[in-house]
Formats: sequence, C-alpha cells, structure tokens
Amino acid sequence: MSKGFSDREKVIEVSGLTKKFGNFTAVDNISFDVYKGEIFGFLGANGAGKTTAMRMLCALSIPTSGTALVANFDTMRESDKVKSNIGYMSQKFSLYEDLKVWENFRLFGGIYGMNEKEIAEKSNLMLDELGFMSEKETLVKSLPLGWKQKLAFSVAIFHKPRVVFLDEPTGGVDPSTRRQFWELIYKAAHDGITVFVTTHYMDEAEYCDRVSIMVDGRIDALDTPRNLKIKFNVEGMEGVFLKLARGANRKEI
Amino acid sequence: MLKYLIEKEFKVIMRNKFLPKLILVYPVVMMLLMPWAANLDIKDIKVAVVDNDRSPLSMELVNKINSSTYFIVEKYAVSYKEAKEMIQNNEVDLILEIPENYEKDQIRENSAKVNISVNAVNGTRGAMGGAYLSNIISEFFSQKSGSGQAALIDVATQTRYNPTMDYKKFMVPALMTMLLTMLCGFLPALNIVSEKEAGTIEQINVTPIPKFTFILSKLIPYWIIGFIVLTIVIILAKIIYGVSPVGSLAIFYLLASVFVLVVSGLGLVISNYSNTMQQAMFVMFFFMLVMIMMAGLFTPIDSMPGWAQVISGFNPMRYFIEIMRMLYLKGSGLADLTRQVAALLLFAFTFNLWAIISYKKKN
Repeated sequence: MSKGFSDREKVIEVSGLTKKFGNFTAVDNISFDVYKGEIFGFLGANGAGKTTAMRMLCALSIPTSGTALVANFDTMRESDKVKSNIGYMSQKFSLYEDLKVWENFRLFGGIYGMNEKEIAEKSNLMLDELGFMSEKETLVKSLPLGWKQKLAFSVAIFHKPRVVFLDEPTGGVDPSTRRQFWELIYKAAHDGITVFVTTHYMDEAEYCDRVSIMVDGRIDALDTPRNLKIKFNVEGMEGVFLKLARGANRKEI
Repeated sequence: MLKYLIEKEFKVIMRNKFLPKLILVYPVVMMLLMPWAANLDIKDIKVAVVDNDRSPLSMELVNKINSSTYFIVEKYAVSYKEAKEMIQNNEVDLILEIPENYEKDQIRENSAKVNISVNAVNGTRGAMGGAYLSNIISEFFSQKSGSGQAALIDVATQTRYNPTMDYKKFMVPALMTMLLTMLCGFLPALNIVSEKEAGTIEQINVTPIPKFTFILSKLIPYWIIGFIVLTIVIILAKIIYGVSPVGSLAIFYLLASVFVLVVSGLGLVISNYSNTMQQAMFVMFFFMLVMIMMAGLFTPIDSMPGWAQVISGFNPMRYFIEIMRMLYLKGSGLADLTRQVAALLLFAFTFNLWAIISYKKKN
C-alpha cells in the first residue's frame, strides 16, 4: 500500500549513478529517491550490483559518474557530512570481536561525537530493549550470529542517524531471529530513521514500504510490493523477482 | 574521539592471547642472548703447529702464541699435509708452519719466514686470526733480533669511549634499536591490514572519523609500547652488562620516541598498501632486513662501497644507531646530534604524512 511518501522529505536522491570496474559496469545509471521514515527494500540477484550501489551511497566507493545526495549532502564532495548522518551494517559482521558488547557501543558512540554520559545512558537503554543486558560484559566474538546481527544493527543506529544502510542484515540467521530483527527495523523506522535494506528473502521484501529490483546493474522495477504484484500479475514478491531475474544476463560473481 | 579509539587499540592488544607476552618476552630474550651470539670478538682460535725446526727458538715462539688469549695451540702435526687434514675436519682454524733452519736463519741472516695457512670458511675468524698471528710473530721476531729491528714503529693505541673494547657494550645500543624497530615496526604493519581482514575497517570507514585521527590512534599505542620496551631494555642492560647511557636519559627517551614514530609510520604505510597480513609481513621483512644490513649495526658503514653508503643515507635506522652509540658510549648531547635528529624528524614526518595520505576511506 502506498503511504503517499512522495510528498515527504527526500532523504536519498540518486541520479544517473554509475560504477565501472574496467570494462565491467557494476552499477548502470540508476536513479531513484528515498523518503524520510521509509523502509526501502533494495532487491536483486547476487552480483546485480546492490552492494556496490550501497557503498557509493555510504561514500565508501567513488562513483564513475552520476550523483547521490544522502541527508541532503553530496556523497562525493561532503562525504564526512554524509557519514555523520548515516549508519551502516555491512554484509560481513564488522564490529570488534575482541571488545565487549558495551565497549562496541562506547567506541562507535565516541567516534560519532557522543559524550560519556549520553553513551552510557543510550547503551543501557538499547541493551534493555534488546533484552541483552545480561550480555553487556560479553566479548562480541562469543555471541551467536543472530545476536551479533542484532548488535550490529543497534550499533549502526546508536548515534541516531537519519538513514541506516543494511546490507543483507539477516543472511544466515534463523526465521525467529529474522522476525525479531524486522521488529527492530520497524521500531527504527517508527523513530524516524529511514531504512535502506538489501535482502534475498522475498518475505522480507513484503515488509518494505517500497522495493526496487536491480537486474544487471539497472533498476528494472520500483514500487510498493502491492503495486509490483499487480503489475506483474503474480501472487507474491517471489513471482515478481523471478520474472525480472529471468531477463538477467549476468552470471553470479 | 581519539580517546575512544586509543582505548580500543589497547583493549584489543591486551586481549590478544599472544601480543602482550611477546611485547614483554621479546626484549628480555633479545637482551639476554643477542650480545653473546652477536659477539665479533675473536677468541680461542685453534692453531695446528708444524714445527720442522724443533729448535729452542721455534718452541719459544709456539709458547708465546699459546700464551695469548686469542690462540690455543690445539695440535702438533708432523707434516703440513697432516695439518691440512685437520683444517679440513674443522679441528683447527689456522696452520703455522715453521720451516727447518728457522732458528739458524733468524740468528745468522736476521730474517726468517714462517708460513701461515688460514681456514677462511669463517671469513672473519680466519682473517682476524691470521692478522693477529702475524702480529705476534713479527713482535717475537723484533724482540729476538735485537735493537735495530725492534725500533720500527711502536704504535700505542688508546681506545676511547669503550676502553675495554667490550663488544657487548657496542652491541647493546644497537640491539635496542633493533628491538624498537621490530616491535614498533611490525605490530603497526600488521595492524591496519588485520582490520581489513576482519572487516572492521569498513565500519570505521563509514564513520566521519578524520584520517589524521585514525592514524594517530594507531601510532600512539605503539609509541607507549616503545617506551615500555625501552625501559625494560635499559634496566636489563644495566643489570646484566653494566651498560647505561653516558648521555642524558631524557634526551635518550626523547629521540627514541622520534625513532618509534619513524618505524611505526613505515609500518602503517605498508599496512595501508597491503591486502593481507601475509603480504604486509613479507614487505616489512624486506625493509627490515635492508635497514638492518645497511645501518652499520654489524658492519661499519665506512667500509661499505660508495653506492651502499649512499643507500644507507636513506636508512633511518642508521641515524638512530649513531645516536644510540653516541649517547650510550660517548655521552653526546643534542648539539652533537643535530644531523641525525634532523634526519629522523624528516623521516618521521614523511612516513606519517604518507600513512595518512595512503589510508583510503573510499575506493
């Protein structure tokens, strides 16, 4: 269902974004907007260019051409301002395994310029909400994967960014943890954080306000899940995905 | 911001199972073992004597040789051939062959020849041994042949700054340099690249943290570690070898801290360019070996060929070893060290600037 986002504030504005590696065009001239408070699903087969596109939006990767504004800042010219306003959770777990749970909060809170008191209060609040208080002193490396993912998400939104980028956040975790994870995402969106999420799970695509589907580096479809299903005349998002993916030439990389 | 990052570095280092132990044990082992192993003093060279003369004079010569601390007359051989076999079996390092009529020649003609053969497989030992032995023999000759020849030139050597010519005193400051280079060079070299391997660098790169702050947060911990290591070795050097810096300890620490910045900076540059820890390790090893070989650590720079001397001018370790030896043995002050200090500062600035530039938050 459309919530009429289009009249709301734009948080991400992408136009003509392209990334080439030699002769290979990983991301091919994509353009789209994401609105404040939206959960935006970024779908595509492996190798379709999702991660590359996301890394450009996070100012981790320099586009070959095109522009992207994130939180009204240019990812090329104002990358530090972009970085202050976003949270990022990479596909590969990337918190410090040798730090305790609270120490990871402390480190990243500190890096984003929060003060001691703010950090301590917010950590306790978040741990409490996660039901994670008992693990506060646990070294991150000894946590199970599902917990690590939830912790990584919490760290990514710890400094209350305007947008959080999640790269396959639920890869490899069990269905019940996935469900809990999506509850966290909803909560963040409710608190006004825009969520930009890539996923492979089509049931998760249904939870998004709008989804885009990338095929061979292009965005071939972008709409609400409901509209996409109607347009492609299928029952679920899986049908939409398969119909589009069938047209792909690119092999998995 | 920096506070949190440095705190993190220390926690990560301290929680490593291996690193804290290494940082403590390495200097201790190096200080206990290396000055002995790296000793270049030549002692107890084994000599085989082939005495074809068997005269009182030749026996006296042999006794004189044997009584010096450098030589042990290990074997008497009947023929040169037999003595040569002893060299081949590594039983002796030198052969001294005294010809027939040695005594007669010396008394009658005032000239005598002996033959010295050297096993040069161990080059230093052979060459030094040969030189010492000829010295002893000519001295002996002069004594015996009366006043005329004895008055050639009598060189009186006075050794300054290390009066007993103790090799360990000479090595200790050099070893400290090596230790600082190894610990404060290798650990940073592996640091950033290990964050690349673990993926944590990605989480850092996506934050607004300035490159300068990030590099500083990598430098400061090794700086502190360098201080700890240095203190350990200064204490050990004093206790074990009775060697302590003649110069000011404050200047010593000050300049050591500049040197740590140099090697840590180099380590970070290498880490920035490497994709795997293996790669970083090998590249660091390459530079480390070149630096150690060309620093005048074991061999004096003055005896290197011209081109090698030029290369050693670009070797930060060379300047620090000079500083260390001058401070430790000679007691020089900052005023005597301006050239070396300027060189180190330049290296520190260059490497660390390079480290900041080569750390890429985007690609």
